[in-house]
Amino acid sequence: MGLKELFFGRKKTSGDYAKDRLKLLLVSDRANCSPDVMEQIKNEIIEVISKYVEIDASGLDIQITQTESEGGHGTVPAIYANIPIKELKSNNAKK
Amino acid sequence: MSEVIVITSGKGGVGKTTTTANVGTGLAKLEKKVVLIDTDIGLRNLDVVMGLENRIVYNLVDVVEGNCRYKQALIKDKRYPNLFLLPSAQTRDKTSVSPEQMKKLVDELREEFDYILLDCPAGIEQGFKNAIAAADRALVVTTPEVSAIRDADRIIGLLEANEIKHINLIVNRIRMDMVKRGDMMSIDDVVEILAIDLIGAVPDDENIVVSTNQGEPLVGDGTLPGKAYLNICNRILGENVPYLDLSNDGFFKKLSKIFKKSNN
Repeated sequence: MGLKELFFGRKKTSGDYAKDRLKLLLVSDRANCSPDVMEQIKNEIIEVISKYVEIDASGLDIQITQTESEGGHGTVPAIYANIPIKELKSNNAKK
Repeated sequence: MSEVIVITSGKGGVGKTTTTANVGTGLAKLEKKVVLIDTDIGLRNLDVVMGLENRIVYNLVDVVEGNCRYKQALIKDKRYPNLFLLPSAQTRDKTSVSPEQMKKLVDELREEFDYILLDCPAGIEQGFKNAIAAADRALVVTTPEVSAIRDADRIIGLLEANEIKHINLIVNRIRMDMVKRGDMMSIDDVVEILAIDLIGAVPDDENIVVSTNQGEPLVGDGTLPGKAYLNICNRILGENVPYLDLSNDGFFKKLSKIFKKSNN
């Protein structure tokens, strides 16, 4: 662990975990977005993307989170999706 | 002009009642005429924190139901001539009072008092609705814990939905030693997450327990939480008071003194 800390910087403290968990939790609380709805969004995204590329559905991660707004007006909610691609089906579709 | 302030949190046990007692007593020390209303019907506690539990004759429900005039129910705090408590009823429930009745009562009290502080019960049901109905502004109390902050966020949303726009945050029970080693969210972290204006932070301190044991709010005494509460009171009055260094206690205080000495 010591070596890892040396190379990758400070180890995440329990306070950092608390803050990260809360940020995600509050965005979904505020959006009033239930786990069912999230699951539905996730399934439909898989369906659409699968038409074009082969994706690793088990590795798909989708969250409602916050991001800096482009206009610089603080943070705005955003849907963040990390979709691992297994193979591109056509040459037109680029990552 | 009088101001009606609700002290609320969502989660129970984060320090609403202690905050109400200390802020109320502090404002009275600063020569404002203050009444504290315990709106937690069925779970009355502000009276014991204030040390006034033996002097209750009538309560909030008696006033609302017209069994007595509000002046008969108010308990005058002998330590401060301009501090009063309207205790809650212990043997009734939250449905004994309606938001409209609270508004009517508070409007009467506005004639006489500079500050009307409402100690809100935990939760977001009837008791919460009664407590916020008449409020001009809110103090949201939270601790640096995930559960308390989550509930505080929900409460802030409900306050905004009820047109209470002046909302301030009190971060309670902060432990700077834990913050320093990364095992507690900092005041800045909490403010960033909840995105409302901070009005004060109060350290987790044994003196609070002692003061509650004795029924004497510690605001304005020499202790760190006593100073923190008095600063909150001054900020409520609109003064710009710098924030205390809350790490300035116990072990760290001694340690930093040793370092300062060796550096000088």
